[in-house]
Amino acid sequence: MARRSRAPWRLLASTLALTLVLAACGGDDDDGGSASEDTGGGGEELSGTIRVDGSSTVTPLISLAAEDFQNENPGVQVPVGTSGTGGGFEKFCNGETDISMASRPIKDEETQACEGNGIEPLELIVANDGLSVVVNPENDWAECLTVEQLKKVWEPGSTINNWNQIDPSFPDQALTLYGAGSDSGTFDYFTEAIVGEEGATRTDYNPSEDDNVTVQGVSGDKGAMGYFGLSYLLENEGSVKGVEIDGGNGCVAPTVETVQSGEYTPLSRPLFVYTKPEAAQRPEVKAFLEFYLENQETITEEALFVPLTEEQLATAREELAAIEGA
Amino acid sequence: MTAVASTGTAAAAASLADTASARRRAADLAFRVLLFLALAFALVVLVTLLVDVFVEGRPRLNRDLITNMPSARPARAGIQSAIWGSLWVVGVSAVASLPLGIGTAVFLEEFAPKGKWYVRLIEVNIQNLAGVPSVVYGILGLAFIARGPLGWGFTIGSAAAVLTIMVLPVIIISSREAIRAVPPSLRDGSLSLGATKWQTVWRQVLPAAVPGIATGSILAVSRALGESAPLLLLGALTFVTFNPDGLDSGYTVLPLLIFKYASDAKAEFHVVAAAAIVVLLVMLVALNMTAILIRNKFEKRRA
Repeated sequence: MARRSRAPWRLLASTLALTLVLAACGGDDDDGGSASEDTGGGGEELSGTIRVDGSSTVTPLISLAAEDFQNENPGVQVPVGTSGTGGGFEKFCNGETDISMASRPIKDEETQACEGNGIEPLELIVANDGLSVVVNPENDWAECLTVEQLKKVWEPGSTINNWNQIDPSFPDQALTLYGAGSDSGTFDYFTEAIVGEEGATRTDYNPSEDDNVTVQGVSGDKGAMGYFGLSYLLENEGSVKGVEIDGGNGCVAPTVETVQSGEYTPLSRPLFVYTKPEAAQRPEVKAFLEFYLENQETITEEALFVPLTEEQLATAREELAAIEGA
Repeated sequence: MTAVASTGTAAAAASLADTASARRRAADLAFRVLLFLALAFALVVLVTLLVDVFVEGRPRLNRDLITNMPSARPARAGIQSAIWGSLWVVGVSAVASLPLGIGTAVFLEEFAPKGKWYVRLIEVNIQNLAGVPSVVYGILGLAFIARGPLGWGFTIGSAAAVLTIMVLPVIIISSREAIRAVPPSLRDGSLSLGATKWQTVWRQVLPAAVPGIATGSILAVSRALGESAPLLLLGALTFVTFNPDGLDSGYTVLPLLIFKYASDAKAEFHVVAAAAIVVLLVMLVALNMTAILIRNKFEKRRA
């Protein structure tokens, strides 16, 4: 019995050892994917970890940049989290990240929280984004909506539940609403731009952090209205239809051009990343931000955002250069 | 006359017995049908899920899925860093939690003074901890391990620490059950032959309890492998295109990469998510099979 009894322990031990060995092997593989264009990057090998977190709207942009940048610089690790703009700033101001992605400018109280921890947030524009108000493709009445009409639909306490309440010329069709969940930058932006106060909205709609849920909801219901980023409209053209918006100067369709020119008001906005001097002075962080600006046109287009204009790009480059000097 | 009467009584009794047994047989049948329906329901749900996931993920179930890193481009998106992230987190937490958990169980069963108030307090606490929702461990980990006193950040180390705390109660409870099931005669025999308490535990009780301990522990570890809620709070919902290289490395895990892919706007990512679910299921089944194999092996040996 005593002799036999050792065997189980050997087996347990070897199971544990195997787990460890398997785990330890993980570090050896670091072949990422296939090639990417060769830009920037001098001779010296960059290394280090660039921690990024923040807006899920900006994530696709920075993920693409991170992926290509890491292929060129295998020594650098760029984990990109998605805690939302507010969650990202919380980590950033806590000193836990180097770059914070934001779909809106930083708020005063967030700046104060950062400064309380000795962190100076520095803003860089990375892309333009447009919010689109979408309806079902079979909806042939709502070609253009005014901001005033949208406000009546979405403001807190609104009781509008039929299209003919928005405009008497619209048919008698029940209205169902889809929109962003309250944690997203899209929600903050839409409520501020349409209702006039950030976070103010009626509550009897179908909220989701996942814009895809809105696409499915709106495409399946003739009387539905929803809102999300222009990229989702472009990706799902056919299942949903974008509505023209009249912000006071006539109806403007949600397109790349109108967003870039700023004509599409009030639902177009710039997107940002925030960094801090201590981070931006690190060679790998600086190289990453330069890499982004260098490739912003292909990255924004691949991620279905609207690229920076020449002017915006020049300003961003100046700001980045100014940080280096600091 | 009496003969006729007695025949009548017997016939009545027989028919009474007939209806009674017919009723019992009907009840028996009904119960069996009910049980079968319960089983069928569970199986149909499971098979539907499996088939659905497999069919949807089929186009991406290939080597590239495992060898490619996650990507923002659906065509080349893989899950390599998440597989290694999961193995790291679960591996480290297994290495930490098994000795601690089994040790605690041995102490509570074999050495702790029975019936003392502080021992009972510990026992009750462990039982309660096993029922705490996993996200609570995530909050605890965020406040005390990732931030706060330890400040390990959003790393493999904090994730493994939180999962260790999370699975410990389960390991302790299942190990205690296994140790308690070892017949007292084995202990008495060993002790009466002059073995010390420690020798008895190490050479007799523990080997006899291995099947139960291993099963419980592996089931606990496979729970950790599928866990996502606490890790969501610990920064695992992250786009990571590198494999972890240490305890202080950033990471992602399979369940959260699946979540990320499944909630992406691009439909091609949903296929990758389905394929990744198949991989996760295969890993879970492999772990659970290990548990069954260990149990069978050691039960046969003892018998």
